[in-house]
Amino acid sequence: MGLVHGHAHSGSLSSGGGSTLLGYIGIDTIIEQMRKKTMKTGFDFNIMVVGHSGLGKSTLVNTLFKSQVSRRSAGWARDEKIPKTIEIKAVSHVLEEGGVKMKLTVVDTPGFGDQINNDNCWEPISKYINEQYEKFLKEEVNITRKKRIPDTRVHCCLYFISPTGHSLRQLDVEFMKRLSHSVNIIPVIAKSDTMTIEERQEFKQRVRKELEMGGIEFYPQKEFDEDMEDKSDNDKIREAMPFAVVGSDKEYQVNGKRVLGRKTAWGIVEVENPNHCEFALLRDFLIRSHLQDLKEVTHNIHYETYRAKRLNENGGLHPISTNDTQESNL
Amino acid sequence: ISDQDKEYVGFATLPNQVHRKSVKKGFDFTLMVAGESGLGKSTLVNSLFLTDLYKDRKLLNAEERITQTVEITKHTVDIEEKGVKLKLTIVDTPGFGDAVNNTECWKSVADYIDQQFEQYFRDESGLNRKNIQDNRVHCCLYFISPFGHGLRPLDVEFMKALHEKVNIVPILAKADTLTPSEVKKKKIKIREEIEQYGIKIYQFPDCDSDEDEDFKQQDTELKESIPFAVIGSNTVVEAKGKRVRGRLYPWGIVEVENSAHCDFVKLRNMLVRTHMQDLKDVTRETHYENYRAHCIQSMTRMVVKERNRNKLTRESGTDFPIPVVPGVADSETEKLIKEKDEEVRHADHEPDSHQQHDHEHKSEHNFDHHEHSDTQPNLETPFDYKGDEAL
Repeated sequence: MGLVHGHAHSGSLSSGGGSTLLGYIGIDTIIEQMRKKTMKTGFDFNIMVVGHSGLGKSTLVNTLFKSQVSRRSAGWARDEKIPKTIEIKAVSHVLEEGGVKMKLTVVDTPGFGDQINNDNCWEPISKYINEQYEKFLKEEVNITRKKRIPDTRVHCCLYFISPTGHSLRQLDVEFMKRLSHSVNIIPVIAKSDTMTIEERQEFKQRVRKELEMGGIEFYPQKEFDEDMEDKSDNDKIREAMPFAVVGSDKEYQVNGKRVLGRKTAWGIVEVENPNHCEFALLRDFLIRSHLQDLKEVTHNIHYETYRAKRLNENGGLHPISTNDTQESNL
Repeated sequence: ISDQDKEYVGFATLPNQVHRKSVKKGFDFTLMVAGESGLGKSTLVNSLFLTDLYKDRKLLNAEERITQTVEITKHTVDIEEKGVKLKLTIVDTPGFGDAVNNTECWKSVADYIDQQFEQYFRDESGLNRKNIQDNRVHCCLYFISPFGHGLRPLDVEFMKALHEKVNIVPILAKADTLTPSEVKKKKIKIREEIEQYGIKIYQFPDCDSDEDEDFKQQDTELKESIPFAVIGSNTVVEAKGKRVRGRLYPWGIVEVENSAHCDFVKLRNMLVRTHMQDLKDVTRETHYENYRAHCIQSMTRMVVKERNRNKLTRESGTDFPIPVVPGVADSETEKLIKEKDEEVRHADHEPDSHQQHDHEHKSEHNFDHHEHSDTQPNLETPFDYKGDEAL
């Protein structure tokens, strides 16, 4: 019989979880507790697509989530008119996978860049983004707060670059410059199957140069890398961006497998084939590794910036009790 | 589900993404222990977390204790297991119930809890929210003496004063002084009295209907174990050829981790392995929100009173950015609140460099409302917003 003092910094003495072991407390199980909670409550994800019409925005989003989630259902309507002003259209769907429920909202911006005079066409978009921040802020400031404030804030904005092969358009630069400080922007090169691999590489280089010269901080932003591990992972991604993508919701038979693709007279463009385009890279990056981070950067940085600005303004914030539905004068 | 499944998108990995970030940041948990001296609180804490937090303490004799008021002490320790980091804070209440006249001796405990809420509320309402330190008390283990006939008046008063501020988990202390049938009878009596006096102890959330039978069984057993009859020990003894944590008596050996001997394992599993997250959630979503709602309402009442008195000086009003009620704000009040905002904004909020700390003994009498504890980098999600928590 001896005196044994447990040591505060000891790791587990064995790998099992048996409660009869002297050295194991069980702190690591909090991960499992959190996971259960995540599975139960589900989560929201809001993605916005911006780019002029015909760049395959809706198709790409449908391809990303393997569902008809954008406002255009299967088979696009050729006679759909370009609206005279920019509209903001949000469509939500609940998807489930592996026990995890996601409420996905796709915010489309038809009319962007399609007018003759596109001055200030980013304003309705900027306004929409800020309105979501404002909504969230109001809920947060309320006296009686909801357990889970509904999150309609835009977590990610996919900006579609037209595959001209030359360079960015002025509108592209203007938009990204202005919005990169209030939302996570991920630029993509749309319909990249119009370029050969070499053309694509050159185009990318030029685009990257222009983004750099314009001081455009697209996601993942360098300044938000948390540690060396993040930085090294994100550097690799930043080097490969903007991803050159192709979208499709049609399937074809290739080498005995069914694949998503586009059938042309000279061959089938396979969407998920990394030799054909970078769709798989985009998908893995957006959904499988950085989904949570997109939300966190939106909440911890963009939203906080907005909030700080509002707190500094005259009048401050008005809490609205649950009975009062009148908008306060801000 | 794998890549072979063509329907697979990949957002099922989200819990892993969340998990990865949380492991990096680490977690925190604040546990309060309350009850008279000598009920084994310190030993139990050491047993639960395999630490020796109290090795330096000096036990006072009766005379020395007479002059003591109820203190609130904090010990913080960093624990790491399988790569998961936990910053554990134990809040102790030495002196509680030890005096001859114990009237309202719970007041300093209640005040402490409120002060943590208040500090959090200020931080949450302020401008720099990146490094909010969460010192809110997530759980209070209340030790009931095994020598009484159930709850004593002090027990009832304490729990009633605190049940709407903190999650109370009642503990039947030093349970090795009782036989199994005595334990059973006492538990029933105490549960009856808790209900009779309208004390709201921490409720375990109900099982989902889709949980397996084992889990449901465990859950029922847990609910029927209240108050947890515990024994603590930091000494290792030899029983039946095994080395176990226990207490050696001439008539036998009490094994702490033997479920047939006491509820230690149940308590530890509940506290650490199954309900730690829920304890924090209830603190955040219920106790803190109640406090906050009360706070805002009383503050707005105060602002209205001041405005009506029309004697606004630099000292009046509150000194941090509060929400302004529509219809009340006039230019004078707004100007005042803006000035206070400025003052708060210029206060220093520099986080300390990340350091390991073993014992942080802070003994504080009569908490000063405006005292800010040392800012340390917050280890959990920076602030608990009401959006998808940690999502």
